[in-house]
Amino acid sequence: MTLTQLLVLLLPELVLTLTALVVLGLDMIWRDGGRSQRFLLWIALIGSVALIAVTVLIWPLAGTGGLPIAFVTDREFGSDQVPMMALDSLALFFKLFTALVLILVLLASGDYVRARIRFRGEFYALILFGGLAMMLAAAATNLLMIYLSLEFLSITSYLLTGYLREDERSTEGAVKYFIYGATASAVMLYGFSLLYGATGTLDLAGIAAVLMGGVVPVHWLVYPALITVLVGLGFKIALVPFHQWAPDAYEGAPTPVTAFLSVGPKAAGFAVLMRLLLTALPGFQLDWIAVLAGVAIVTMTLGNLVALWQSNVKRLLAYSSIAQAGYMLIGLVALAPEAHSWTTGLNGLLLYLLAYLFTNLGAFAVAIAVENHTGSAQLDAFAGLMRRNPFLAITMFLFLLSLIGIPPTAGFVGKLFVFGAAIQRQMIMLAVVGIVNSVISVYYYYAIMRQMFFGEAVDASPFDEGPGLRVAVGVAAGMVLMMALYAEPFIRLASESVSLLAASF
Amino acid sequence: MNFPFLTLITFIPLLGAVVVALMPGKRERALKRVAVLFSVPSLVLALIAWLLSAQTASEMQWLEEAVWIPTLNAYYRVGVDGISLPLVFLTTLLTTLSLFYSAYTITKRVKEFFALFLLLETGMIGVFVALDLILFYIFWEVGLVPMFLLIGIWGQPQDRPQYSAIKFFLYTLVGSVAMLLAFIAIYLTTGTWNILQIPSLKPLAGNPALAIAAFWAIFLAFAIKVPSWPFHTWLPDAHTAAPTAGSVVLAGVLLKLGGYGMIRILLPFFPDLFRQFAPWIGVLALVSMIYGALVSMAQWDLKRLIAYSSVSHMGFFMLGLVAAAASLDVAEPVLNSRAIALNGAVLQMFNHGIITGGLFFLVGVIYERTHTRDLKAFGGLSAKMPVYYGVMLMTALASLGLPGLAGFISEFMVFRGAFALIPTYAIIGIVAIVLGAAYILWKIIQHVFLGEFSEERWQKIFNPAHWHFSLDMARFEVITMAPLLFFMVLVGVYPAPVLNVINAATTALLAGL
Repeated sequence: MTLTQLLVLLLPELVLTLTALVVLGLDMIWRDGGRSQRFLLWIALIGSVALIAVTVLIWPLAGTGGLPIAFVTDREFGSDQVPMMALDSLALFFKLFTALVLILVLLASGDYVRARIRFRGEFYALILFGGLAMMLAAAATNLLMIYLSLEFLSITSYLLTGYLREDERSTEGAVKYFIYGATASAVMLYGFSLLYGATGTLDLAGIAAVLMGGVVPVHWLVYPALITVLVGLGFKIALVPFHQWAPDAYEGAPTPVTAFLSVGPKAAGFAVLMRLLLTALPGFQLDWIAVLAGVAIVTMTLGNLVALWQSNVKRLLAYSSIAQAGYMLIGLVALAPEAHSWTTGLNGLLLYLLAYLFTNLGAFAVAIAVENHTGSAQLDAFAGLMRRNPFLAITMFLFLLSLIGIPPTAGFVGKLFVFGAAIQRQMIMLAVVGIVNSVISVYYYYAIMRQMFFGEAVDASPFDEGPGLRVAVGVAAGMVLMMALYAEPFIRLASESVSLLAASF
Repeated sequence: MNFPFLTLITFIPLLGAVVVALMPGKRERALKRVAVLFSVPSLVLALIAWLLSAQTASEMQWLEEAVWIPTLNAYYRVGVDGISLPLVFLTTLLTTLSLFYSAYTITKRVKEFFALFLLLETGMIGVFVALDLILFYIFWEVGLVPMFLLIGIWGQPQDRPQYSAIKFFLYTLVGSVAMLLAFIAIYLTTGTWNILQIPSLKPLAGNPALAIAAFWAIFLAFAIKVPSWPFHTWLPDAHTAAPTAGSVVLAGVLLKLGGYGMIRILLPFFPDLFRQFAPWIGVLALVSMIYGALVSMAQWDLKRLIAYSSVSHMGFFMLGLVAAAASLDVAEPVLNSRAIALNGAVLQMFNHGIITGGLFFLVGVIYERTHTRDLKAFGGLSAKMPVYYGVMLMTALASLGLPGLAGFISEFMVFRGAFALIPTYAIIGIVAIVLGAAYILWKIIQHVFLGEFSEERWQKIFNPAHWHFSLDMARFEVITMAPLLFFMVLVGVYPAPVLNVINAATTALLAGL
């Protein structure tokens, strides 16, 4: 692989890196008290839009089989180049996903950042780096690369969480997040070393090949490795019982960061989980399915039950996002071998993630708008929102319906596919737990609805959400409806993105 | 390609909702006019579609079909037959009347009310016309949301509207998510969501345990909506809290969604299971009929009383359905008892919509004037409000099944069918008719209209400063009730126009089982 080829394949990553560096550089040059600093947001946004363009541009290169990206020459093991990442349909899906996350988060963060955050350039740059780390993690096909990109993502997340330095809760959240995160990634690294020790390779496909070959004398090492790896990824996705950091980090972090954290690392965690389990450990399917099924059930149930008691919107959405990850996990647990079926579980997982992206970021954008104008993230800040800003109230209602899974919204399509997969695999129990949880979740989403529609605001004056948030909320709401009413392209995208993974398995 | 009657009927209200939502909220008169006007085309088109339909055709009319989500094999597929057509017409009629009535009575958050009501109409009509399970499910849920808000926002504070609204929401949702899982299971075995095609594919035939689970999951969704005892407890709360127009549509149309689903989906999909479980469902029907009537008799709140009477009357519907289903395996004993029972059941839904819808309007009449529904506060109103007395008497008598009015025809048919097919149930069920006469004559007519009129008591509840129309029924109230009275008499005296259409569809349905 020549350098030019390599650079073309890495174009999305390069675009994002470059944008982040430009934002950082200009931030140092423009020290005029903030007047030119608003252009930083524009640059970050343009970079994210360019990311979409570049991703679409290189899409055909991946072909059906995907391309390995190798940039390490591994002389010691005799091979020329060790593939670190892949440019395949799954990686491309997550590049697009990342771009959408970045655009929505950046749009939603403008006013908030202007009012509360001193170091704006670094803030936007860190968000962009977070996106870069997501893309790298989703594309990584090598344990080392997986570990490095997840660490990269974690470190940007810790920094962003603690960004409100004067705010104790922000610091507390960041410290908690950091301590949990450091432990979890150490445990995960241990698991990686076990896998490496057992198989002698870091390459995911290579691990599978060695394990399948049956020449490994220490086969049993895979079981502790599997568990420890699940700990690390469970932390990133905030699966129960590795979720304790999430509510505190979500509550303390600046709200746009919370929005990013609730979607970005979760998606990256799922991408890695899918790739790792399906590419490296397909032979151990029965084991990890059993573990993950249990995790899915407790994650959904605990997330929903604890959410019932929350009075802070950010905490409420934090527990809600824990529960949502539980539903998504059903897609992975109930993955179907037959690729011709309408729901293979995996495509349900991606569809659900996409629906969750628009829904959750939309909901957070509304929460940011409300917080900008009331200064509070408590539930009663939403009181009388229908009178104060009908646009925000109606779109928030739509997002909440989507989180519950009521049609015609994106969340319905996601649930249809993951529950469909569960029923297809005769895992009726899992589907039933899922719907019981959807019903439970109504009650806390209703807490927000009640404030918006039935509650009376102390200060009932109308307010304007500002152009950035209006676009973010509008786009998110439009996509939430579109994914339900014109679902075909989304389903096709999701199905094609997992086709390679499903076929390898 | 047919004229797209059904698409227009379904989506013109949605367009209206969007238009109303985009209008400036201050111009309330214009908002109300636009909203009412947007509900009229659907009514007119529904009437035209009915008149133009082949009156005795057994197949679906006005079919429209378009691929919607190819990978899911989901279609936009709509059509009506004699079972759905009267219900579509009923929906459009009651919605237009409700909007017209609300234009005079709603003063709070006008824009939201009318936009939501039009959205609700789209959801309700959609359920009756959808012939694809995904589409059906989507419309089923679309109707849920506006009704939830109508109850919660425009309910009277003393009636705990928010509690009632979320209770309504949760009850319906529990049923519908269970139904969704069953639909998915059906799709996985048949490969289609087509409601007309699935019965011939014998869904879940190879997996009896799953079939039984799916049957009860779907039954739960519809039984909650009907509502059948013991899933009825959301109904009195929702009715009491809802604004008048909300109650009208709730009783008149939303309850029919459940009944319609049982006939369109549950019975044809699982005829054998339905027959097998018919004795149990029959017990639920009987309990609903008698328990509903007894509880109704114990109420002192006029609206709650009528709400419980709905439980009782929809029990009649279920009895007719059970009678038709229970005997599916035996040769026809007498003439076409099965068809008679099922016809009676469908007609009962239509009649209940007309009559109970009317009753809720009439509760609104007295409530708007006095702001109370306490039966003990009234008495002797026949002298004060003679027109109101007359209209109420007629509607109430139609409700208790007086021959010559609509209610009698359908109840008679249900019992005529049930006596031939499940005589024990029919004999027990007759008690409900007697009880029905009791609560209607004793509670409604006697307590409100008869007895001594007490000026002192009247002064306490009626404040002329708050009421700008005539004391007796105002013109808009008479106009609202007139079409309903017309149908009560028409169906009571000459039911053929409605029954012919119903009969063509039900006989075809029964023949296909």
